[in-house]
This record gives sequence, structure tokens and C-alpha cells, in this order.
Amino acid sequence: MKRVALLGMPNTGKSTFFNRITGASARVGNWPGVTVDLLGAKVLLGGEIVELVDLPGIYDLHGFSDDEQVVRHFLENNAVDLVLLIVNTSQIERQLSLVLQIKQLNLPAVVLLNMSDEARKFGITVDTQQMGEVLDLPTVSLSAKYGTGYKEAYQLINRAVQASHPVRLERIREMLAQDAQIEAAMEAALSKAVQIPVQLSDNLTARLDHVLLHPWFGLPLFFVVMYVLFQAIFFLGSPLQEGVGWALDQLRQGVLDPALAPAPAMLRGLLLDGIYNGVGTVAAFVPIIILFFLFMAIVEDTGYLSRAAFLMDALMSKMGLDGRSFVMMLMGFGCNVPALMGTRVMRSRALRLLTMLTIPFSLCSARLQVFIFITTALFTPRAAPVVLFSLYMFSFATAFLTALLFKKRFQNTEPFILELPPYRFPTLRQMALRGWHEARHFLNRASKFIIAGVVLVWLLTHFPAGAAPASPQTWAGMIGAFLSPLLDPIGINQQLAIALIFGFVAKEIVIGSLAVIYGMEGTALMGLMGHQLDWVQAYSFMLFTLIYTPCLSTIATIRSESKSLPFTLLAVGWPLGLAWLLSFAFYQGARALGY
Amino acid sequence: MNTVKLSALKPGEAGIISALNTEEDLFHRLAALGFRIGKQVNVIRGARFAGPLQVRIGTTDVMLRINEARKIDIKPLS
Ligand SMILES: Nc1nc2c(ncn2[C@@H]2O[C@H](COP(=O)(O)OP(=O)(O)OP(=O)(O)O)[C@@H](O)[C@H]2O)c(=O)[nH]1
Ligand SMILES: [Mg+2]
Repeated sequence: MKRVALLGMPNTGKSTFFNRITGASARVGNWPGVTVDLLGAKVLLGGEIVELVDLPGIYDLHGFSDDEQVVRHFLENNAVDLVLLIVNTSQIERQLSLVLQIKQLNLPAVVLLNMSDEARKFGITVDTQQMGEVLDLPTVSLSAKYGTGYKEAYQLINRAVQASHPVRLERIREMLAQDAQIEAAMEAALSKAVQIPVQLSDNLTARLDHVLLHPWFGLPLFFVVMYVLFQAIFFLGSPLQEGVGWALDQLRQGVLDPALAPAPAMLRGLLLDGIYNGVGTVAAFVPIIILFFLFMAIVEDTGYLSRAAFLMDALMSKMGLDGRSFVMMLMGFGCNVPALMGTRVMRSRALRLLTMLTIPFSLCSARLQVFIFITTALFTPRAAPVVLFSLYMFSFATAFLTALLFKKRFQNTEPFILELPPYRFPTLRQMALRGWHEARHFLNRASKFIIAGVVLVWLLTHFPAGAAPASPQTWAGMIGAFLSPLLDPIGINQQLAIALIFGFVAKEIVIGSLAVIYGMEGTALMGLMGHQLDWVQAYSFMLFTLIYTPCLSTIATIRSESKSLPFTLLAVGWPLGLAWLLSFAFYQGARALGY
Repeated sequence: MNTVKLSALKPGEAGIISALNTEEDLFHRLAALGFRIGKQVNVIRGARFAGPLQVRIGTTDVMLRINEARKIDIKPLS
């Protein structure tokens, strides 16, 4: 099978093009370094099935960072039939250097001048035919985002695939000629085929930056934006979640209860009180998850993340981190795993490790579900959003504290240089793709972890046979009793202890298992928890859940990205200890104050 | 003509790059972002608390720390 690779500088639209041509839903974002790993898909090109590979962006072939090494490694270990070189047309004056480097390697290539829509807006014109002749490579202009010029590009690629033959490279670095030579070739091509206005006409970006990067208001504005976004998710999401919960409840009472009435009590309990209640309580959060990631997609695509890096870098440098570390923490609010992988753009290992140590404190969307559930159950509608926001503040605070404490051990002198791309806005299609992608990801986890988790919890809370469900005589009760010397001082009772243990695997299981443990779901469960717990216990439980450990996938990612067992142990052990200490301080402090 | 460090330019000022005094990997990254000898840089703004500078080089906006800006020699344009 022929292999076609997408190459280009970061943030030029490779993944956008990949999605358009394959129908896949690779992650897209206005941030250099969204793709940090290979992603392949099979497509029909030139009359045959070929493998198209989306690669991380590279600035040049000298690259040293981990994401750039992924590309070099790929090129050195795989025969490639054709390279699709994606260039951001607005920045052709510098991105041509990569095109010329690839050309030196004698790889068969097609040049795709992407973002033609933006180039036109900024007043940059490229004579595509001239450019193709000067470069001696087939060249076409298109907009991967809006689709203009896509047909022509597709036909050109088809023809190129038909004519292609595999090329295998070795020792790329040694093949690169002198930079001076490339510079001369660049000047020649630019002067022949490209016209750039003296004054760029991107007024929108300049005006927005004037406000958003304002020396005094920039940072406060950032926190206001964050606050408004999270409140919006809470206010829009809560009714949706209750609606789905209500519908699932009706389904159970109206259809499932009568249908399963003849089944043996044990089986009925497992199916309804175990799996249905557990999974249903979690599934009610699907609308919030989709909503959350729609907002995430918008924030990521606007280019505001780079601005956040700009605003926060001074503060981050005091903690031994940089602006990119902060952006990764923000990405971690969606899911910690891609954020951990996103640190591949950092070249210094110390900086990478220190950033990876802080990311697990980011309050990810799975933990958000737990907190929305508990805050709605135990706090007034007025107080709940504030409580939730305080947890986000704890999330930042613990991450910063961790960096401060460990910066000596992970010292680095990595230079900080980052592009500030123009502001953009995702199309509806891009948002829908992202929402769908995340919903699928969630259902995937649900079917893997959550069902197994709630079944286990059900067994633990109902056996040995004869014990009253969730009583101290059950296995769950015994585990709870065993852990009580550790958990009593932080106000976590035996029911919650079981939920915490399973939360180690995935946070989604926490609410699922609470539903099973208390034998109720949705609103009824919230009501009961409101009776059995007071707010001090609940907050202590949430603090512990926020800090103690993200989930097994996160730990596995830390292990594979750091390639170090001692580091992984540190990344698991330190948050566990910190979680206990903070919950202890909070719980005992609040009790001492008489709450 | 006299040269200064890029870090010495104020927002709104511009200059022509005359030398990049950096290690090899930073040199390549700067070159890929458009920092080449003879090119013009405009300083757009600086972040508070001695944070990074935002500079424009050709059609690309780049932020870099003062520390990195010190390694770039500039002939100021008045
Ligand atoms: N205006 C415009 N924006 C585009 C176009 N193609 C992509 N974009 C936007 O450019 C940004 C980067 O797109 P990606 O597809 O993530 O770029 P990438 O090259 O895969 O980036 P990395 O994976 O980080 O290297 C996103 O905000 C896209 O929506 C285009 O043709 N026109
Ligand atoms: Mg990508």
C-alpha cells in the first residue's frame, strides 16, 4: 500500500486537511503543536487505497523536540511515496524554507498553499503557477477549512499518487545542504511569485490584541473569561443533565421495572440497581461533556491559548515553567492525557517533566462531572457555582505549589519562543466534529471502565450473600473499615471510600458507584446524599477527588511519556499525599471553627 | 551604525537584524520563524512584570522572552 505523508510547519492546517480528505476527526486547534503523534487513515487516492499520515508540525528538519523527532523517526523508518507539503500562504515568506529542505531530500512532493482565504484578506497574493515552476513541484492553492480549491488540490494529489514511487530516507540531517543555499532559493521564489503588502491588513487581530493583551486589563480579563465560560457550562448544562436523568428514570419505571419483574431478584438487582443506575447516572452527563468540549473547541480555535501563554509567562517563569506549561494546564481541563502529550513541544526534558508533574492537578471534565453532581446535591443553587469555581482555584493553586516545590529538581534554561497566530473562529462543522469526537470518546470509556466498575461495586456492596446491601458486613464495608483510620480524619465515610477507590481507575466511575452504593440514581440519589453528608464532608471529599490521582490512563501516559518509573511513582505519590494533607487541613479546620 | 539588543527596543520601535548570537538549536528555530540577518523586526508590546515581548517579523507575530531577545543584535530604525 502506498503511503502519503502530510508535512508542514505547526499550525498550518495539516489536520484540517487530513480531516477533510479522510473524513476523520483529528484534533484541530489554533495552537502550534496540537498534533504530537502520528495519525493514519486509509483513503482512495489515484485509484488505489493509500495510507495517509497526519504528522506533527515541524519547523525544520534539524528539529530536536520530541514531537519533531516523531516526524524524523517516521521519515527515516518508513518508505514514503508522496509528501503533501502544507504551507500557510500568509506566512509563505518564511515557511518556504521547509519546502526547500524537503525538496533537497528528493522526496516526491505536492505543495498545498493553504489558508488562501486568510492570505486574500491580508492582501497577500501568490502566483501559484509561477511558484510551481520556480519550485519545480506541483503547487495548488486552497482553503482546507472552507473547501475552496479543494477539488483542484484533490485532482492534483490523485495524479501525483499515480506517478509516485516509494522513497526511503536515511540520516536526514546529513543530507541537508547549507542554509545559505536555501536562503537564496527562497528569495528567488518569493520575488518571482509572491506579493506581500508593506502594511498587513489584519485589523481584527490587532484590535482584539490591543484589548486582550492590555498591560493592566489583560490578565484580569483572562480570569473573567474563564469564569464566565465555566458558569455558562454550569447553567446551560445542569438542566440538560437533569433532563436526561429524568428521562432515564422514566424509562426504568415505565419499561424496565415491569419488563424485568419476573427475573430473579439477584439478577434484577445487578441489572437495574447495578448497571442501569450506575451507567445511567454517568450517561446523564453526556450533554454537559459535549457542551464543555464545544466551548473548549471554540477557545482552542480562537488562538486565545497563545495569548494566555503571553500573559502568564512572567508568572510561570518564577515557577520554573513557561507560558506553554500554562496552556497545557488549560488543555488539561478537557482531559489530562492529550495535555500530557502536548508537552512534547518542549525541548528540555526537565521542563517537560516539571510540566507533566503539574498537569494532573488540572480539573478535567471527568472530575467536573463529580463536582457538578455533588455541588448540586449539597449546596444551594446560588452557592453551587461559586463552590465549583473555588475548586478550579484549588486546581491552579496545587499545580503552582507543586511547580514551586519541585522546580529546583527540574531546572531548565529552555528558551521561550512562540507564535501568536491570528484570531480565528471554528466553523460549525469543526465544532460538530469535536463534539461528536468527545462524545464517542466518552462512550468508549463508559463501555470499557464504567460498566466493569459499577458491576464490581455492586458485587462488593452486595456480598457475601446475606449481608444487607452496603452494610458494614459486605466486602465493601470491610474495605471501608480497613481504610477508616486513614479516611475518618478527613471526613470521608465508608460509602465514599469505595467510590474513591474506583475513582482511581476513572473519575466517571465515582458517581456511577455512588448510585450503586446508595441504590438510587439521579435526583433521588442527590436527595439522599444531601441528608447523609454535610457540606464540610462533601467539600473535603471533592478536594481529595480533585487532587489525589487523575485516572489510570493519565498514569499510563505519564509512564509512557516520561519513560521513567521513578518519575511516575513521584507523579502518583506526591498528589496522594498532598490530597490527604489538604483535605485533613480543611476538614479539621472547618470542624474546629464549629461547622 | 550602532547596534543594540532586541531587548532594548521599546514597543512601537523597529530595527534590522544584524546578528543572532545563539546556540545552534535556538538559531534554527529563530530562522524558521523568520529571524534572519537583514530582516526587519517591529516590537509590538511587552508583557507586564518583565514578561515576553511580542514582535512582528514579516507576516508572523512571535513572542519571546527578554532573555532570548538579548541574543539578537539589531540596527535600530529611527
Ligand atoms: N482561515 C483558515 N483557517 C484554517 C485553514 N486551515 C486550517 N485553519 C485553522 O488553522 C488552525 C490550525 O489548524 P490545524 O489543522 O490544527 O493545523 P495543524 O497543521 O494540524 O497544526 P499542528 O498539528 O499543531 O501542527 C485551526 O484553527 C484551523 O481551524 C484555512 O484554510 N483557512
Ligand atoms: Mg495537526
